[in-house]
Amino acid sequence: MDSGLSPQDKKDLDKFIKFFALKTVQVIVQARLGEKICTRSSSSPTGSDWFNLAIKDIPEVTHEAKRALAGQLPGIGRSMCVEISLKTSEGDSMELETWCLEMNEKCDKDIKVSYTVYNRLSVLLKSLLAITRVTPAYKLSRKQGHDYVILYRIYFGEVQLSGLGEGFQTVRVGVVGTPVGTVTLSCAYRTNLAFMSNRQFERSAPIMGIIVDHFVDPPYSSHRPANMGQPCNYRPPDEEDGGAFVGVQDSQEVCTTSFSTSPPSQLYASRLSYQPPAAAGPAELCHPAANPNQVSVLHLHIHSTAIYPDTYKYTWDMLTNKSASPSDPVEALNAFTRKIGAFVNKPSTQVNHTSSLDLPFAAFAPRGLDSEENDPMVQPPDSPPCPSPLQASLHSQGSEGSGPQDDFVMVDFRPAFSKDDLLPMDLGTFYREFQNPPQLASLSLHISSQSMADDLDSLPEKLAVYEKNIDEFDAFVDMLQ
Amino acid sequence: MNCRSEVLEVTVEARQVEEAMLALLHTILLHRSTGKFHYKKEGTYSIGTVGTLDIDCDFIDFTFVRVSSEELDRVIRKAVSEFKDALSNSGSDGMGQISLEFYQKKKSRWPFSDECIPWEVWSIKVNVVNLANEQERQICREKVGEKLGEKVINVVEVINRHEYLPKMPTQSEVDNVFDTSLKDVQPYLYKITFQITDSLGTSVSTTMRRLIKDTLAL
Repeated sequence: MDSGLSPQDKKDLDKFIKFFALKTVQVIVQARLGEKICTRSSSSPTGSDWFNLAIKDIPEVTHEAKRALAGQLPGIGRSMCVEISLKTSEGDSMELETWCLEMNEKCDKDIKVSYTVYNRLSVLLKSLLAITRVTPAYKLSRKQGHDYVILYRIYFGEVQLSGLGEGFQTVRVGVVGTPVGTVTLSCAYRTNLAFMSNRQFERSAPIMGIIVDHFVDPPYSSHRPANMGQPCNYRPPDEEDGGAFVGVQDSQEVCTTSFSTSPPSQLYASRLSYQPPAAAGPAELCHPAANPNQVSVLHLHIHSTAIYPDTYKYTWDMLTNKSASPSDPVEALNAFTRKIGAFVNKPSTQVNHTSSLDLPFAAFAPRGLDSEENDPMVQPPDSPPCPSPLQASLHSQGSEGSGPQDDFVMVDFRPAFSKDDLLPMDLGTFYREFQNPPQLASLSLHISSQSMADDLDSLPEKLAVYEKNIDEFDAFVDMLQ
Repeated sequence: MNCRSEVLEVTVEARQVEEAMLALLHTILLHRSTGKFHYKKEGTYSIGTVGTLDIDCDFIDFTFVRVSSEELDRVIRKAVSEFKDALSNSGSDGMGQISLEFYQKKKSRWPFSDECIPWEVWSIKVNVVNLANEQERQICREKVGEKLGEKVINVVEVINRHEYLPKMPTQSEVDNVFDTSLKDVQPYLYKITFQITDSLGTSVSTTMRRLIKDTLAL
């Protein structure tokens, strides 16, 4: 009911709502580009900064928004929605959030359009700026790049929230009453980020304890590559990518900068500095990764710093290292061993799969060891017929060192003086890593036994020499005292 | 007219105090700042443009938006830094409160000085904790980030109730409502004060001293 509204006010109100809708879309999409936004304040008003806020207009986004609106305005029963979704490089996608600009019937007849409504819409846009950095999708969008990208879709009509999964949350950004209805801006966002696709799991063996809702940047990429510097790719129905939208600028209308009956201060067609590079198009999203296993499991990356010990991170690196020979005899042994990693509380969830993937520090395991029988550490080569006591003790040392070589059984390891907890223990990891170093070559028995025999033979000679020089030794000792 | 009062509470580690306070104060000021007013003839005015800037926190998993004004940022940082120093020097159990008060000046007749009438006060209560190891700190980074997100939502909720705001002033009155000292933006008149709660629970207040000083300064 706008009977109380003057034609000028009605016209102004329609203009405000239209540009509010367009700016809303810009703020949301720009907040999901993955980059920090920076605009400058200007003390002199220009005719193009709607709502007295410096919000750049990305032409493609404006074009998409206008196309979705198709000349209509958000009204009662006609909501404008911006859907933000995530799409992996393998083509799986998931809706993350839906922003809704709605109008309800509650009217505020007494409110001043050109002044109060305008200012309140400005405050609402500021709130939108703040809230877009707070929802979970913001962090995801800042980390987009190789593994996934963030897309947006604008539609008009009824709000669709079914794609957000169970338990989605809603946050209301704000409301502004107008004489024709109340404008409401809200966001519904997904809370359950587990990937639904089973394809991910079949392709690569999951390591136990994976949390699937961590999207962690691979260590080698901290920024989005240059060709992703464009706005979130949108999913237009006709698969059109960001082509040239020349016709957008002509419809730039002057925004209200002056709160009076005097004419607008300046006419200023906004030429935006934002020029996206040649649009990549959806095809680029699905670029094949060098190692498909690596890509898919990266979605399920272990959050190694906080929750899982560094052991698992190392194990992950082993997974991607295809050089481990599957015919490794150690693997055969491990296939029968139930491994419980240190600091893990969920051993039962472990999946027995190709055991070359299971074995941490497999690089330390010696190759070519078939069984205990050939292990020189366990059964030293035949020693000389007159074993000296020294040799006997070497033999026993050797046998002690044989243990770790042939059987991997991991037990709960709680190093002294470290905190006993689920969380990664640097001390424990250190112990584990350096617990079983390979034997030094000089200490291996068959070599040392030979040299020991030589040493023993030359011992009497050496003793004779020392006795001859005993005076020198005594003088040396006296010097030290 | 009643002064609207809102209280926000956060629990943070010592090194997060500064960023947490900046995040909340800037979020509030973003909503309570406009572009510079330019008055023209016939009692009309136009408003400048406010730019915005995303700021990533170093010690908290959080990004906040502030007004693009280095001058304003400097003023806020100075106040937060004083608060942080007072908190760490107080020897208390790490509890304090920083307040952002928006007020209007009301001209009084001579010899009385102008009155400062607050219309909105935001109090941020801070509780500083000490953490023992790196894992706890990592968890704290994320948790505090989530908490700050909730606080931002609270702030936005209060502001979007569109309750009392001072009337837009005429040119002669603009300094009674807005802080016109900055070059690029124009926040509502505000003052930042803080108080540290010492371990006995009594408040060692610097605000009273400041208020008295302000009043005497005329």
